[in-house]
Amino acid sequence: MTTVTATPTDDRVATRSATATIMGRPEVGALIGAVAVAALFLLVAPAFRSVGNIGTILYGSSTIGIMAVAVALLMIGGEFDLSAGVAVTTSGLAAAHLAWFFSLNVWVGIVFALALSLGVGAFNGWLLHVTGLPSFLVTLGTFFVLQGVNLALTRVVAGGVSSNSLNDLDGFASAKAVFASSFQLGSVEIKVPIIFWAALTVIGGIVLLRTHYGSWIFSAGGDSAAARAVGVPVTGTKIALFMGVGFCAWLLGMHNLFNYNNVQSGAGVGNEFIYIISAVIGGCLLTGGYGSVVGATVGSLIFGMTQLGIFYAGWDPDWFKTFLGVMLIAATLVNLYVKRKADAR
Amino acid sequence: MIRSKRAVGAVVALSAALALTACSSSGGKDAADSSSAAAAPAAGAAAGPKKTIAMITHAAPGDTFWDRIRKGADAAAAKNNYEVQYSSDPDATKQAQLIQAAIDKKVDGIAVTDPNTPALGDVIKKAIAAGIPVSMFNAGGPDALGLGAIGYFGQGEKDAGIAVGAKAKADGATNIICVNQTQGQQQLVDRCDGVTEGAAGAKVKMIYVNGTDDSAVTTTIQATLTQDKTVDYVVTLGAPIALDAVKAVKAASSSAKIGTFDTNEQLVAAIKDKSVQFAVDQQPYMQGYLSVDSIWWYTTNGNTLGGGQNVATGPAFIDQSNIAAVEKFAANGTR
Repeated sequence: MTTVTATPTDDRVATRSATATIMGRPEVGALIGAVAVAALFLLVAPAFRSVGNIGTILYGSSTIGIMAVAVALLMIGGEFDLSAGVAVTTSGLAAAHLAWFFSLNVWVGIVFALALSLGVGAFNGWLLHVTGLPSFLVTLGTFFVLQGVNLALTRVVAGGVSSNSLNDLDGFASAKAVFASSFQLGSVEIKVPIIFWAALTVIGGIVLLRTHYGSWIFSAGGDSAAARAVGVPVTGTKIALFMGVGFCAWLLGMHNLFNYNNVQSGAGVGNEFIYIISAVIGGCLLTGGYGSVVGATVGSLIFGMTQLGIFYAGWDPDWFKTFLGVMLIAATLVNLYVKRKADAR
Repeated sequence: MIRSKRAVGAVVALSAALALTACSSSGGKDAADSSSAAAAPAAGAAAGPKKTIAMITHAAPGDTFWDRIRKGADAAAAKNNYEVQYSSDPDATKQAQLIQAAIDKKVDGIAVTDPNTPALGDVIKKAIAAGIPVSMFNAGGPDALGLGAIGYFGQGEKDAGIAVGAKAKADGATNIICVNQTQGQQQLVDRCDGVTEGAAGAKVKMIYVNGTDDSAVTTTIQATLTQDKTVDYVVTLGAPIALDAVKAVKAASSSAKIGTFDTNEQLVAAIKDKSVQFAVDQQPYMQGYLSVDSIWWYTTNGNTLGGGQNVATGPAFIDQSNIAAVEKFAANGTR
């Protein structure tokens, strides 16, 4: 004798179809965009089709992607960092000036720059916490402060507008090997920042989706009051996110320093928006609480492909920003559309 | 409904009439087109499929100076059956990526400015190693031939500064402000340092302005002139900045004279009406033209210019003594 038990279905716990699950991911819009952009340039730009040039495209994307990953995490946590662009320059300059001025081993400068970058991040987070001001305002302040410090200190220390050469100092060769080397993979030249970028994407993605800390980020960005009420350490979470941006700024700053042998004191201004745009194309909401690390990486790839694709195609680069603006809005609309469709299922 | 239709009709008719009667008898695009067609100094055009030259500079967007360079490059390209693809980025790390992309694209030649050899030297050498002829212009003079460029066309920034300082001093300057429009560019600092050296004995102070915002430039210079009434000479490092300085001097009712680096059409007019004393001209049109033309000579006949030295396109002064001759060409946008 068999008993048939009818299980009452509850749509809150029902498994969604595979398509709905995939389409509901925040990075889907960016992926569609990336495929579209790649297809466009494969069609119109012969140099884009050459396999050897993938290295150049990936490298261009990685100099955005390294920062976009950290900025995306921060945005999911509900905050902005407008100082992210100049922070890269600050980090490179700090290492160069300290090592050059005191004739130290460059690794001393590198460690100092790391401490400084993490410190700036922690300061941003702390100031946000004690003042209660929006991060847009706090980091705008930091942005101007750092920009001024970069120019003024470089003038004082190096007597010009770029840091002095570190080539003759101890440790230069090993630092260059760590931050600015490259190797061949078939006909593709892989520069080290591409590896950094890939590693950060994997680590960031795992932290966000598979750890407690990841759920803290989502809840701190979604509704910080509610998150506090259930015991999420919101302040600490956000300070750590700002420090993450600082860490990535250091990583990219060191690459710029050792790959280009000096850092221009006026560089980096405006890049903060490029990082934010990459994160938004990748599905991050400006309001926080939603987004994806992988999406930001794909967003950076779209950026790199467009930047170099326009050049490879021989188009007038004056139009680059226009193209970018159109793409930003299109990506956001696709994200919105895909999300609605997925939620409706 | 009928009324509104009629109203629309009336508006259309009126605007059509306005458009017809409003045609200006002089100026505008028509005038510019007809004058530049006559102006381009072209030799016999080369035949065959078009070759591609990448011109990669460190220009910030929106400076009239670079328009002269591009016009010169286009003129040489038209003569030689080249297509010049122009791109620029003031950030050396991004300029390096553009040069790398040009190598990837296997262009037939690269014309490049080099404001920062430690950052750009490697990738320039890489282009040369890939068998692409590279000409350099405008910036990077001291390093150009050492990197393996086929030629360099530009002026020594510090030499030009010294010439300007000496000229201002001879004109009676005792207290000079040197107006720098971009923070963080070594070339511009070199110019002001040169002015200080050339005007030895006079006081020289460098001030920074935001060169992309004309109203900010004007108010900053005006504030400086109001605060220090003894300033009797304003040296600017770009033509648009000099024109802002003219406004600032008037607004501050100062009697300071103005001298500038580089020139454009409006500046020539300003020298003519004596609101600007002089401009030191590095002949950007020639820089653009020669950097492209030298690639043609090099690839078709193995020729190089300069005999192992940089080719100096400046400094040359434009002032009351030769303004009439220059004016004619400036109107074409080629001087």
